[in-house]
Amino acid sequence: MLSVIQFPGSNDDRDTRFALKSVLSCAAELVWHKQGELPPGTSGVVIPGGFSYGDYLRCGAMARYSPVMAAVRRFADAGGPVLGICNGFQVLCESGLLPGALIRNHHLHFVCQRVHVRVEQALAPFTSRSHAGAVLQLPIKHGEGAYFASPELLGRLEAEGRVLLRYCEADGSVTPSSNPNGSLGNVAGLLSEAGNVMGLMPHPEHAVEADFGGRDGRAILGSLVDAVTGGQS
Amino acid sequence: MTLVEPTVDLALGREHGLTDEEYADILRILGRTPSFSELGIFSVMWAEHCSYKSSKKYLKTLPTSGDRVLHGPGENSGVVSIGDGLAAVFKIESHNHPSFIEPVQGAATGVGGILRDVFTMGARPIASLNSLRFGPLDDPLHQHLLRGVVEGIGGYGNSVGVATVGGEVSFHDCYRGNILVNAFSVGVVEEERIFLARAGGVGNPVMYVGSKTGRDGIHGASLLASAEFDDESDAKRPTVQVGDPFTEKCLIEACLEVMRTDAVVGIQDMGAAGLTCSSFEMASNAGTGIELDLDRVPQRESGMTPYELLLSESQERMLLVAREGREDQVREIFARWDLDAVVVGRVNDDGRMRIRWQGQGVVDIPVDPVARSSPELDRPLREPADRLERHKLDVASLPPELEPEKALLELLGSPSLGSRSWVYEQYDQLVQANTLVGPGGDAALVRVKREDGSATLKALALSVDCNPRWCWLDPYTGAQAAVAESARNVACTGARPLALSNCLNFGNPEKPEIMWEFAEATRGMSDAARALGTPVVSGNVSFYNETSGRAVYPTPTIAMVGLLEDHRRYAVAHFQREGAPIVLLGNSREELGGSEWLAQRRGLEAGHPPSVDLEYEARLADLLVTAVAEGCVSTAHDVADGGLAVALSECCMSGEAQIGAKVELADSIRLEALLFGESTGRVLVSGDDLDPLLVLAEAHGIPARRIGETGGRRLVVGSGTGPAWIDVEVAELAKQWKRAIPAVLEEDG
Repeated sequence: MLSVIQFPGSNDDRDTRFALKSVLSCAAELVWHKQGELPPGTSGVVIPGGFSYGDYLRCGAMARYSPVMAAVRRFADAGGPVLGICNGFQVLCESGLLPGALIRNHHLHFVCQRVHVRVEQALAPFTSRSHAGAVLQLPIKHGEGAYFASPELLGRLEAEGRVLLRYCEADGSVTPSSNPNGSLGNVAGLLSEAGNVMGLMPHPEHAVEADFGGRDGRAILGSLVDAVTGGQS
Repeated sequence: MTLVEPTVDLALGREHGLTDEEYADILRILGRTPSFSELGIFSVMWAEHCSYKSSKKYLKTLPTSGDRVLHGPGENSGVVSIGDGLAAVFKIESHNHPSFIEPVQGAATGVGGILRDVFTMGARPIASLNSLRFGPLDDPLHQHLLRGVVEGIGGYGNSVGVATVGGEVSFHDCYRGNILVNAFSVGVVEEERIFLARAGGVGNPVMYVGSKTGRDGIHGASLLASAEFDDESDAKRPTVQVGDPFTEKCLIEACLEVMRTDAVVGIQDMGAAGLTCSSFEMASNAGTGIELDLDRVPQRESGMTPYELLLSESQERMLLVAREGREDQVREIFARWDLDAVVVGRVNDDGRMRIRWQGQGVVDIPVDPVARSSPELDRPLREPADRLERHKLDVASLPPELEPEKALLELLGSPSLGSRSWVYEQYDQLVQANTLVGPGGDAALVRVKREDGSATLKALALSVDCNPRWCWLDPYTGAQAAVAESARNVACTGARPLALSNCLNFGNPEKPEIMWEFAEATRGMSDAARALGTPVVSGNVSFYNETSGRAVYPTPTIAMVGLLEDHRRYAVAHFQREGAPIVLLGNSREELGGSEWLAQRRGLEAGHPPSVDLEYEARLADLLVTAVAEGCVSTAHDVADGGLAVALSECCMSGEAQIGAKVELADSIRLEALLFGESTGRVLVSGDDLDPLLVLAEAHGIPARRIGETGGRRLVVGSGTGPAWIDVEVAELAKQWKRAIPAVLEEDG
């Protein structure tokens, strides 16, 4: 069962549950942030998008102190898969479960667009349904999605192959003009050192039905579903 | 604490915006001089914004009922059945004055207010639209206002988790001193779970939920929204409220949760005139009275007077009447969302509002005379002296358009007709995962889900429209056209237009010419809404959009809601494949009056707006609904501002893949009217096989002609003989169109 964490101000929580449960037929439940433990039977965690605590102070800065985050950390430390989408990515960075930070878009506007991202590696539990070099079309919607890290950190992430998704053109080429927010290295999605925690700014849950933004998001969410249900890998 | 308050007399009444007659009425109703708090209550409840005293007479003439109408005007929002036990709840409302004074917060709180009007009825808001009108975009002030308003709408809507899926943005000199910010929101509710603003059940607790009360927004509705602007208007900035979308999000979830229990008797948001308006309306609707203890009201700052507590327009607050004994259940749910829920009073049975503060009675007045017997005025009307002058247009003497292709590029590259993506890309268009068609098409299309999260096959089509230039030239025809266009836009998706909400933005009603415009516009709207079978179920009137004596053009914004029964079939506004036939529904007439071409290329705003045939429009909508449902039409785009050449360009450019077209037009009318005239009732359609459409069109009595085919990289428009009038790369059209707004804001490239 996938636990979708619900903070006050989470917006894509119900959408994520809908994508997992109604579209991808995987058991998924909302878990209130004041819970000190994840529900029994949790085999994966998704931290959804939105504006937890209104994004006041700094995106994700307050959510990291919610009781449920201690449980998420224990779950991640034990090797459980944790996926953070948009605000969820920000929460994971603030929590130290992922390195670096997400800062204000370089053009200073909130941006809602469909963009292309290139899958850098096909890896369980997040991209096993895809392949290296595949180009996915996914929506982004954020004001603070520019990935930032020190040159040393960025170099290490690249060397360790932890950049999992990169903003690109439709043909897969990584260019400055395909970078919608000023992310360093066109980073759109990132993996933890142990490989079981992923954060990404694009919204795979808004790309699982053909008429509602296409189905490319299944490459990500479907991989997670496979990992927790022992499905195709 | 001793209460020291100003002495109430006629002069103070006048300062509160009350007329001498109204002040005399207050003395008569009370049989004594009002207290300061009472005077404040009368002044807000009887102000134009809350009482509709100038507009009532005309609003009564609008059609408001129909088979599907569950609740019409008078509730917080209109409620229309969409079948299978579900209903759509919607309203459009203005936040013009605050947005001009303080664009970010003004627009943000406009969104917040309209969302509360929807969820207070038990509905989860699923989508928002807006209609924005600014002065010319080359004016730095209006660039600042555009940036601020868009930031405010996005900042609030994105954070609160309701998708902004469409709207309109326009620029005109008449809005230089008064911008218009009209916000629309729609929600979905189970018919069985609709909540109303009723303070029923004597002895039931009256509970205050949401944010604490501060000193913001005092007299926002009366002093700000019910008077003209002048040079001193900046001093009114403190009357603008400040929004907190995070609290609103929590409030939505907590309210919807508490409404799933049976603890709630009635609920109302504290919008204009705050605690006063909500408590009076709830008591009046139920035929009861209320006793309030102001000391229990959660307060953000200390030392607030009863007058301030009663008139504050602090945001994100609701008044809720619970069943006696269920207070703890309500408190528990709100506590989960870290929100206050406090018993501040009780429902009584004597029809009076009794308010206490620090042990003293500060208000004791009968409910109904304040809430219901507000004055109804029959203001004088007069045709504008230059009315016939406005209609003068000698089309024959206009210099011909020698460079139609250049004209097309210039029109597409102008802020009036250019792409709005700079605006709507700052809005979350996707949250709640229901968006089939987002901004940029004729109407937005959003799927309907049940509150348990399960998807249905239904979708709602949503469009907001008004052509103010037409309304200025002829408010009767202009208002008809606004209703017809919004219905046509909705029908272009395949949805059947159901009902509408209106936001009537006008100048100072004390001027007979403005009242004449208002009377004519409501008459046109009324005729059109009847003919199209789309009753008016909610709305708002915004008068006094006037600065230093100069009024905005009459702007009766129409928000139309339609129902698509099965969203597996719908049409979009852009061409979808090469080699598909293109059919034009409707006739192009020699109508250039009030057109964008005439304004931009000849510098004239004159003539009669294009005529509107309402019976024809009803048949056209029916044809579109049938044709899309039967699967023969997959592209349908309304021909509107800029005429056929602009509409064709939009069909080519606005899809993800740009697709060209070759079109032949053989009508024997002036070239300018053929390419750029704005005759109503026309729709460009395309699909794999349009033969069944032609048969359907004949049966509906709608002219339909094949005019060309999609394909290639160019848009080519000609008569079939001689050189084409327009022969241009779609990419070139798209380049002009996309940079129209960023270029002026210097944000392109």
